[in-house]
Amino acid sequence: MRRKLLTGVGLVGAFTLLTASPAFAQEEATVESVKAILDNVWILVAATLVIFMQAGFALVEAGLTRAKNVGNIMLKNLIDFCAGVLAFAAVGFAIAYGPGNDFMGTEGWFLSSSTFGDGFFGNLTTPTFFIFQVAFAATAATIVSGAMAERTKFKSYLVYSFVISALIYPVVVHWIWSSGGWLLNMDTPFIDFAGSTAVHSVGGWASLMGALILGPRIGKYDENGKPRAILGHSIPFALVGVFILLVGWFGFNPGSLLAADVAIGAIAFTTVIAAAAGAITAMATIWIKSGKPDVAMVGNGVLAGLVGVTAGCYAMDGWGALITGAIAGVLVVFAVMFFDRIRIDDPVGAISVHGICGVWGTLAVGLFATEGGLFYGDGADQLVSQAIGVVAVAAWVLVTSGILFLAIKSTIGLRVNPEEEIEGLDVHEHGSPGYGPDTLAGASAGI
Amino acid sequence: MQLITAIIKPHMLDDVKDALRGAGVQGLTVSEVKGFGRQGGHTETYRGAEYKIDFVPKVKIEVVVDDPAVDAVITAITEAARTDKIGDGKIWTTTVGSLVRIRTGEMGADAV
Repeated sequence: MRRKLLTGVGLVGAFTLLTASPAFAQEEATVESVKAILDNVWILVAATLVIFMQAGFALVEAGLTRAKNVGNIMLKNLIDFCAGVLAFAAVGFAIAYGPGNDFMGTEGWFLSSSTFGDGFFGNLTTPTFFIFQVAFAATAATIVSGAMAERTKFKSYLVYSFVISALIYPVVVHWIWSSGGWLLNMDTPFIDFAGSTAVHSVGGWASLMGALILGPRIGKYDENGKPRAILGHSIPFALVGVFILLVGWFGFNPGSLLAADVAIGAIAFTTVIAAAAGAITAMATIWIKSGKPDVAMVGNGVLAGLVGVTAGCYAMDGWGALITGAIAGVLVVFAVMFFDRIRIDDPVGAISVHGICGVWGTLAVGLFATEGGLFYGDGADQLVSQAIGVVAVAAWVLVTSGILFLAIKSTIGLRVNPEEEIEGLDVHEHGSPGYGPDTLAGASAGI
Repeated sequence: MQLITAIIKPHMLDDVKDALRGAGVQGLTVSEVKGFGRQGGHTETYRGAEYKIDFVPKVKIEVVVDDPAVDAVITAITEAARTDKIGDGKIWTTTVGSLVRIRTGEMGADAV
């Protein structure tokens, strides 16, 4: 047993030696080499924070849906990360960051070291850069599970997970963040610092197509078409999820500087200001609209503020972030109620939080960027660039994800049958309930 | 023998239990139930959408007592469970045909 364990460690060690490039290990420490080490350490820490956001998404989505589907939604959040890592490593990363044309990268499949050699990403090693980027890819992918919750076939979701991480998301990243991308190379470059559009609105638009093509959950609308509330089963889950996402965003936004720099403090500052403003205005809005400060909606407000400031967290100061987050908090409440009314059933508000507030945050850069913003006397050029990016990405994602979901629907099927939906996806799709029979006691059993 | 069934507000359970102990009751069964009475349900909102709470959580107490004790037990429950607000609940009795203590096989009033 011990020998086997040692062999295992040896193999891992050999693998590490083969693949890692200890570029600075033998050199004398210089300012540059220390900076490179700090850059890699910080970006790996930031990547870890972003990866942990998966837990936040899982809890928000589980909390805002019913107990009979809790295992299903947790597994979707786990597996879209795992599928995303493999798909992004094999194909997505090359499309996003490989050399190629304006539209997409065409080299560097399977993280090929002949494409992504030493220095390709400056101080960041390719593994460091990949882990940070794959965390973002997984974020875009996992947004959709909430909008499609409680009625989507598991295997169909699996297919979707691979495709968004291999193709739909990476093309957008190439446009926005790769040195060869067309949005970055416009006369007034499109600014989306950490991904209000690149990550969140990609997830938001795919959520919209998914929820639209799936149709609402059974029982969501009464015979007159009036929306009915389907209560989530755990508000504590949902709000702990919001807290985890809030903490994770300190990796998401400041990490997007891709360097250990004192500027990360300013980015963290705009991030937290917008989150707080979004919560307060969402709370005020729902309080006025429905008479009480709805708990989950205030949670959505935090996320709305965060999504909103993600594009401009580096270009705005605290005041810009405050206004951006505050408006996002109002927008999210009206958006949730709007999609409810037009029969697009989004149990967690993913389309509103990530799609609508992603669009708002991206446009807000054109208004509040301290250099280039309309309200700072720099004209409308930046705002126009922002609008072009928003429309282009929306068109790309709506069309490709629409085709994807329709293709899934006409082949393996997108939706579980009504019997499965009513009895719960946990037992029918996965074999056992998310909460064992001993906890499903009394009157709550089977609801 | 009578089966006394009482539907009460959940937070009054401790007071009712103490009152029943005081009245000499040696055992009772409690269940969490839901229901509505004359007040009906009420409307609330979740994420901006309205929904109706038709069934309000209540606690059901069941206790079997010998005939001479019935009035005292009903009085004890009534006084302990009363808050003077709507939804305090109800008490009713049912005649019990037979009663057996499983461990000893005692029957009738001996098994109370």
